[in-house]
Amino acid sequence: MNFIKRRKIIAALGLGVSGLATLSALTVLALILWALLSRGLSGLSWQVFSQMTPPPGGSGGLLNAIVGSVTMTALGIVIGAPIGMLAATYLAEYGRTERISVVIRFINDVLLSAPSIVVGLFVYTLMVVKMGHFSALAGAVALSIIVIPIVVRTTEDMLHLIPLGMRQASAALGARHWRTIVSVVYPAARSGLLTGVLLAVARISGETAPLLFTALNNQYWSNTLNQPMANLPVVIFQFAMSPYKNWQSLAWSGALLITLFVLLLSIIARTLSKFIGSSESRIE
Amino acid sequence: MDARALAYQPSLRREARMDAVFNLLTRSCAYLVLALLAGVLLTLFYGSWPALRTFKFAFLAREVWDPVTSQFGALAPLYGTVITSLIAMLISVPFSFGIAIFLTETCPMWLRGPIATCIELLAGVPSIIYGLWGLFVFAPLLQQTLQPWLIAHLGPIPGIGRLFQGPPFGIGMLTAGLVLSIMVLPFITAVMREVFRTTPQSLKEAAYGLGATQWEVVWHVVVPNARAGIIGAIMLGLGRALGETMAVTFVAGNAQNISLSLLAPGTTISAAIANEFTEAVGPLYLSALIALGLILFILTVSIIALARLLLLRLNARGPRL
Repeated sequence: MNFIKRRKIIAALGLGVSGLATLSALTVLALILWALLSRGLSGLSWQVFSQMTPPPGGSGGLLNAIVGSVTMTALGIVIGAPIGMLAATYLAEYGRTERISVVIRFINDVLLSAPSIVVGLFVYTLMVVKMGHFSALAGAVALSIIVIPIVVRTTEDMLHLIPLGMRQASAALGARHWRTIVSVVYPAARSGLLTGVLLAVARISGETAPLLFTALNNQYWSNTLNQPMANLPVVIFQFAMSPYKNWQSLAWSGALLITLFVLLLSIIARTLSKFIGSSESRIE
Repeated sequence: MDARALAYQPSLRREARMDAVFNLLTRSCAYLVLALLAGVLLTLFYGSWPALRTFKFAFLAREVWDPVTSQFGALAPLYGTVITSLIAMLISVPFSFGIAIFLTETCPMWLRGPIATCIELLAGVPSIIYGLWGLFVFAPLLQQTLQPWLIAHLGPIPGIGRLFQGPPFGIGMLTAGLVLSIMVLPFITAVMREVFRTTPQSLKEAAYGLGATQWEVVWHVVVPNARAGIIGAIMLGLGRALGETMAVTFVAGNAQNISLSLLAPGTTISAAIANEFTEAVGPLYLSALIALGLILFILTVSIIALARLLLLRLNARGPRL
């Protein structure tokens, strides 16, 4: 009896501790969100969206940084997402059974977790040194290199969810493989493809390290991709590390904006990916 | 063949040509992924060649980092990278383990989804946000609470006390390790959940049938079954922690030296690159920083590759991000 009681106590203890671990992780998330809201919300006004980054002590907003971030994120997606989707199409369709696909899948998974600062160094050596100056284009290319593995992985997973029967039905009607992919598989996996892109946007819109020495920063408005461009993450970094109160306050507002945007995107992407999992049954 | 079928001929040929083109297009994009890895390695090697040629293998073992006399060694940032990552793993692994157990075994079904989403949101928060929070909220908190306590209670103990010397700066190696532990926690949790779920239901039911408690099922069935995967999860987290940049740059303290005390400021490979790269003057300085990047890349990629290999054997692939 005593033995059984001891086992039950150990069980309750172990499971209780695991519950506490979960609770503490949730607490940390709440603490971070609270800090962002309490410090970021106060500085958040219309001015943040309508004015340029100020000099130390002056007043201003984050307009050029927001526009720069949107520009480079969009460009990064435009370059990276098609490449990623096509690569995933090879892995899931043409090269489904080939040995090289196993290697590519593996390397892609490795790149997925590789440190992003190394991507910055790569693009610096490849583009910035060759061009002779920092530029928004280099920043976008660096971001696109981070986009590719994410899109490859998600897209491939999603294409695998499309039942083989649909491809066979298309082939039976006389469609070539490419016609099947473009007219049957892609439309069926549409929400899945979108999930990959959204996840990639969520990931790169907060990326700082690859932009530090590619796009650098720019205190002013920039309307050419050939020049350094302001962007939210690097502005947050620079402003937070500065001793000026108005810069620090803007850094918190920027941080709040990025976090809300990224978390919202993650939630949307998650919902979308659940949608594809349930609506198109996994027959295969 | 009648006339109508003949009329389709050119279109059929076009379809076949398009198929070949599309095949080639997708194939070259897939190979681009391979080229990317090779390209990064080659470029970094090319960029770091001046430093590697000057300092040879001693680059790895020298602590000196002096831009004025152009003497560079990777030991201090390498040490910082390893120490902060070890602290991060020591804390995040037990927590992740607990959370994964909770989410796969004990949590009521209706709560699993929301809690799992919250934990994954923790992974979605950008690195720079952790840095900002770590510098302005977490570090001052540690400076007032945990660090004085450590200095007072663990500092006097011979041996281990050496790790807790000096004034409480707030920022430093310990703080960087703690922030890192929060950041890698969701990744380790996600992979552990994935491997725990590979336990056959029948095995668990058999153990319950023998009268095992829920904890005993976890400890004697689920965990042994997932052992390789747990190691894979830990290594994947380690790979993340080693390469993490912005958060560490904020809170590590940016001091290019090795001190035994965990409370002292230090630097890591990634933080050194982030902090110094745009200010680096002279080809040797730049090249030394790129060499640091090369070391980091080789280190993380080999650890991540090993982790993924371990996971592959369990038919688990790890998280999508």
